[in-house]
Amino acid sequence: MKRIDDTTGLKKKAIEIRRSILSMLSAAGSGHTGGSLSMVDILVTLYYSKMNYDPKNPKWRDRDKFILSKGHACPALYAVLADVGFFPKSELATLRKLGSRLQGHPQYGLPGVEVSTGSLGQGLSVAAGMAIADKMDNINARIYCIMGDGETNEGQVWEAAMTAAHYKLNNLCAIVDFNKMQIDGWCCEVKSQGEYRDKWKNFGWHTIEAEGHDYDSLDKAFEEAKNVKGMPQMIIAHTIKGKGISFIENKVEWHGISPKKDELAKAFAELDEQEKDLVG
Amino acid sequence: MNEVKVKKESTRDGFGKALLELGDTNADVVVLSADLTESVRAHWFRDKYPDRFISHGVAEQDMMGAAAGLALSGKIPFACTFGAFASGRAWDQIRISVAYMNLNVKIAGSHGGISVGGDGATHQALEEIALMRILPNMTVVVPADSREAYLATIQAVDIKGPVYLRLGRAPVPAVPNAGEFKIGKANVIVDGGDLAIIACGHMVEKAVYAAHELAQKGITARVINLHTPKPIDRETIIKAAMETGAVLTIEEHTMYGGMGSAVAEVLVETAPVPMKIMGIKGFGVSGEPDELYEHFGLTEKHLVKEAEKLLKRKKKQA
Repeated sequence: MKRIDDTTGLKKKAIEIRRSILSMLSAAGSGHTGGSLSMVDILVTLYYSKMNYDPKNPKWRDRDKFILSKGHACPALYAVLADVGFFPKSELATLRKLGSRLQGHPQYGLPGVEVSTGSLGQGLSVAAGMAIADKMDNINARIYCIMGDGETNEGQVWEAAMTAAHYKLNNLCAIVDFNKMQIDGWCCEVKSQGEYRDKWKNFGWHTIEAEGHDYDSLDKAFEEAKNVKGMPQMIIAHTIKGKGISFIENKVEWHGISPKKDELAKAFAELDEQEKDLVG
Repeated sequence: MNEVKVKKESTRDGFGKALLELGDTNADVVVLSADLTESVRAHWFRDKYPDRFISHGVAEQDMMGAAAGLALSGKIPFACTFGAFASGRAWDQIRISVAYMNLNVKIAGSHGGISVGGDGATHQALEEIALMRILPNMTVVVPADSREAYLATIQAVDIKGPVYLRLGRAPVPAVPNAGEFKIGKANVIVDGGDLAIIACGHMVEKAVYAAHELAQKGITARVINLHTPKPIDRETIIKAAMETGAVLTIEEHTMYGGMGSAVAEVLVETAPVPMKIMGIKGFGVSGEPDELYEHFGLTEKHLVKEAEKLLKRKKKQA
């Protein structure tokens, strides 16, 4: 795995990943831009700083696992998996094309993809099953599962929440990419989920709130989660849908579309500016 | 048929015994249950191997997902509940989290068919064969007696991929002249040349009785126990159609999309002969199993009547 120890390095990597996401979505001509961009910093934190894995040996039994329950955001996962070496970066351009391993929603079989997802609400159950198996086998690894905030409308999520708490799965850490939007609009208008953090707390989870685009905040959250005993952990990561590109941020219409050529150029220009600012 | 005392045992019992044995012989086998542990006969395993038993509460969707996670980690999970909930409530979870990844998840759905009895329509699974066989990668087995259920369970472990076992609640007698049980290979249990009766599950017993009654009328029926609707034994079915020229199917399941439909799909392309699919139209109702078989027209008497009608069609076509 490629470790990056400094915040500036992680931020630079995130810019690179955002470029990669926008390029592949633009080439594909369809796909989910908003929710891919909102979780980039969470993925970068996990894959370049927190998780133990081996791209040369993707099935290594002792690895930490990442489950993308919000499967529609797979461009972000693909960009990261290619960058850390699970498959060639050249494959990214094949997203959503006939014959590609990069399906419109992630398919098990592509190295680094732990679970096929896309039908929302299923990832946490699978993650809990993996966490139970690791405990049975005395494997000292962590299972990470990221969900969308809209996704937790699904009842199965709360079934899994009960299971994880009942079996005291302290090796399971769920993250909600809390960008506050879903396809039909703002989450609170589509269907209110009430006191969100309290819900998870009352389901028996150790809850943490983090700023989902702040590397120090994310680092702290994952470190706190790792040390929790006897409980699964929920990190509610406050994010911005479409983060990083001004004309995509917080625009619900960007949930399920991809950038056109001119939009891609504008987005790249913004990312170039951000990179310049970073280097200073 | 009820005058002679025959030893009867349910298919769920055969499943439970096999599970217990697998607990000893295969360390990878784990069992998940959705609050119906004793009803599905998973309690023998639970009591002996509590560390490999995962109680899921009334949460079938989550149970299927967890089973997928266990399979992805090298375990061979058996997810157990009533067939109605296993196949219906958790269908999308089975589709995406299990079948799409071709995972080694075994699903045990008990209380299949109307012979559940008093619980009525909500608990009588009548659609599982249809719902499960349309899923890519899925194997579907409908054992006819306890021995077959036992063997199907043991053999399911050796199949790399998902398997659905349709189990029943009612005790049933052993299938006579059953032959070697092998998932995917149908058994001819009564020979005959005038027509073929293809049955699965509890209906195999009815088919055997019907064949005896038909024999008294000078009609020889070949009875085939098609315990594996998927993958279907094309060879045995095509041979029967070609040699007898008429095929009657019977299942304790909706007549749409189930085992009979699977047989029809094979024959329509290979050996189209006069055919009749016997099964259930609509939802189940409460009652005693034998009353319900009568109510839904799933008895040897109904079989004999349909066989005679079918033979008339065969004659007309000749």
